[in-house]
Formats: sequence, C-alpha cells, structure tokens
Amino acid sequence: MHLSLLSDLNAERAARRAAVLVTDVASGEQRLVRETEVDGDSMAGELQDALRRSKSGLIEREGRQFFLTVQAPPVRVVVIGAVHISQALAPMAKGLDLDVTIIDPRTAFATPERFPDVALLAEWPDAALPDIGVDRYSAIVALTHDPKIDDPALIAALRSECFYIGALGSRKTHDRRVQRLTEAGFAQADLARIHAPIGLDIGAVSPAEIAVSILAEIVASLRKERRRLA
Amino acid sequence: MLSTDTDILKTAEAWRREGRGVAIATVVDTWGSAPRPVGSHLVIDEDTNFLGSVSGGCVEGAVITEALDVIADGKPRMIEFGVADETAWQVGLSCGGRIRVYVERVD
Repeated sequence: MHLSLLSDLNAERAARRAAVLVTDVASGEQRLVRETEVDGDSMAGELQDALRRSKSGLIEREGRQFFLTVQAPPVRVVVIGAVHISQALAPMAKGLDLDVTIIDPRTAFATPERFPDVALLAEWPDAALPDIGVDRYSAIVALTHDPKIDDPALIAALRSECFYIGALGSRKTHDRRVQRLTEAGFAQADLARIHAPIGLDIGAVSPAEIAVSILAEIVASLRKERRRLA
Repeated sequence: MLSTDTDILKTAEAWRREGRGVAIATVVDTWGSAPRPVGSHLVIDEDTNFLGSVSGGCVEGAVITEALDVIADGKPRMIEFGVADETAWQVGLSCGGRIRVYVERVD
C-alpha cells in the first residue's frame, strides 16, 4: 500500500467519512473510493452493498479477486451531562474505540479537571448538536436528569438518523418525558427509539456500573445483526 | 495500551513516516469460528514491533515472520491458517476455524 493511500484513508476516518479501499489481491493494485465517489465507480453495486452493511470482504469480478476494506467512520457517543456517570463512561468508551463528546451548559460540571482528554462543550445541546453533526454512526445519551437540558438533546436526536438514543431516569420520569415529547409533536413510533430506563438491566448501582450497562446497550444496538436472539 | 482500529492504521502511517519498514496484515476471509472478523488489521515494523491482531494470538507469530519477508522484498502475500493446514501443529487455530490473511508492505 502506498503511504499516500494509507494517509488518505486515515484522513477520511478522521473526517468521519466512509471509504472503501479496493485491493486486487493477485497484483496488489489498490485504490481508495470515497463515499461520494461510490456511485460513479465501475464497482458501484458491490461498493454500495459493502458500505450499507459496513462489512469488509472478498468479491469476484471478471475472474479477479478483490478485497474491499470498508472503513465506516468511528462511532460517536454524544453524552448530555458532565455528571458522575459520564466521568466513568468516557475512559471506558475510549477502549471501545468510541469517540466521546460531552455536552453540559452548566460550567461548574463541564470542567477539564473533571474530564481530562475528552471533547467537552459547555453549551446547550440544541446549540452544540448541529455543529457536531449527528449522523447514523452516532449515539446520543441524555444523563442530566433535567428536562430543560435533556429534552432539547432528545428532540435533536429524534430528528436525526442516529442509531441509539438513551435517557436516564425511572419509568415514571420517562412517562412524563414521553408526554412532553408527544406534546412537542413526536409520534409513538419515534419515541420508541428512546431506550429508557437507559442501559442493559445488569442491576447496576455505581456510576461505573451504570456506564457499563449504557455502553453494553450501545454495543448491542450497533451489533444487533450479530446478536443471538434467545 | 489497548489498540483500536483507529490507532492501528494511524500507527502504520506514523511508523512509515519515521522511516521504518512497515507491513499491514489484514484478515480477508474466515471459515468456521474465527477469533477476529474479516477486515481486522495487524501492523508490523522491521524490528517486529506490532499493534493490533488477526487472531486471538494463535497465529500472530507466523504472520509477523511472513511480514518481515514482505517488508524485505515488497511482494504482497496471501497466507492461510487453519486445522487443515499442514503447519497446523505449529500455528493452527485451536478453535478449529480457518483464516486467510493478506500481508502487504507500506511503500
């Protein structure tokens, strides 16, 4: 692989754009096809299929074998609330190759001392989220427990194609949330996208355990096609 | 430190820019219960430093040896590991799966 090609591949990943590296396995010949170039490519059909499934693999074409390395953008987790659970969640998410951003307009919470090495925005979610760009490789996690901070984030999430939405709070809290969001014009099917109470039921107690249950639920949503359904 | 997919290819680029000989190994095909999915990478430099994995640790040693040859002559190679392989006793996959790994040099 040419260094320039590897460098382009890394640049696409950093910019959160999907790309496919096509390798002729017999000759070693390679080229990079960016997301925007797929439709005009001679292998458009195969490339679209690979991108849609986010799956690398071998294909045969005119008696030649090609390996498609599919590079989907890194999954991003946007956490609303610079709270105790978020402090536990951020370093764990890093180990899972999840790209974490924390948003909290309360400047006493959103401090670099509490969140070293994490992207941190001391802004209101409805102001910050459009700049971040919530795409289908994003998960939104609302943890402030305060409707005036969580609700604008959930509204932005519900209007996006993000693959996961979770909100902290008891069933009762969630019932009230559903009522508010229904009044804001969302249908029942939209609201069913919200995982609440958030996280897999592992009986979590401590902030770190709750972080594990949230991250496990995000992974389960991300890998749902691979899950063995009981 | 734990390496992620992002780190692995970024490291390959950084090592090459430092002037090291570098190879990338990629799992291109699997049969049966393979420990790492298709598309997984292992990067290796000329001093056998490596990052990432193509199996649970079962065949990394053999892939690294092969990668040194690839770094030396620049020719990409396809290598296959599995229980049916005649080298199975040395570097088979204990899980019974089979994998094919493509190894190429970063030029």
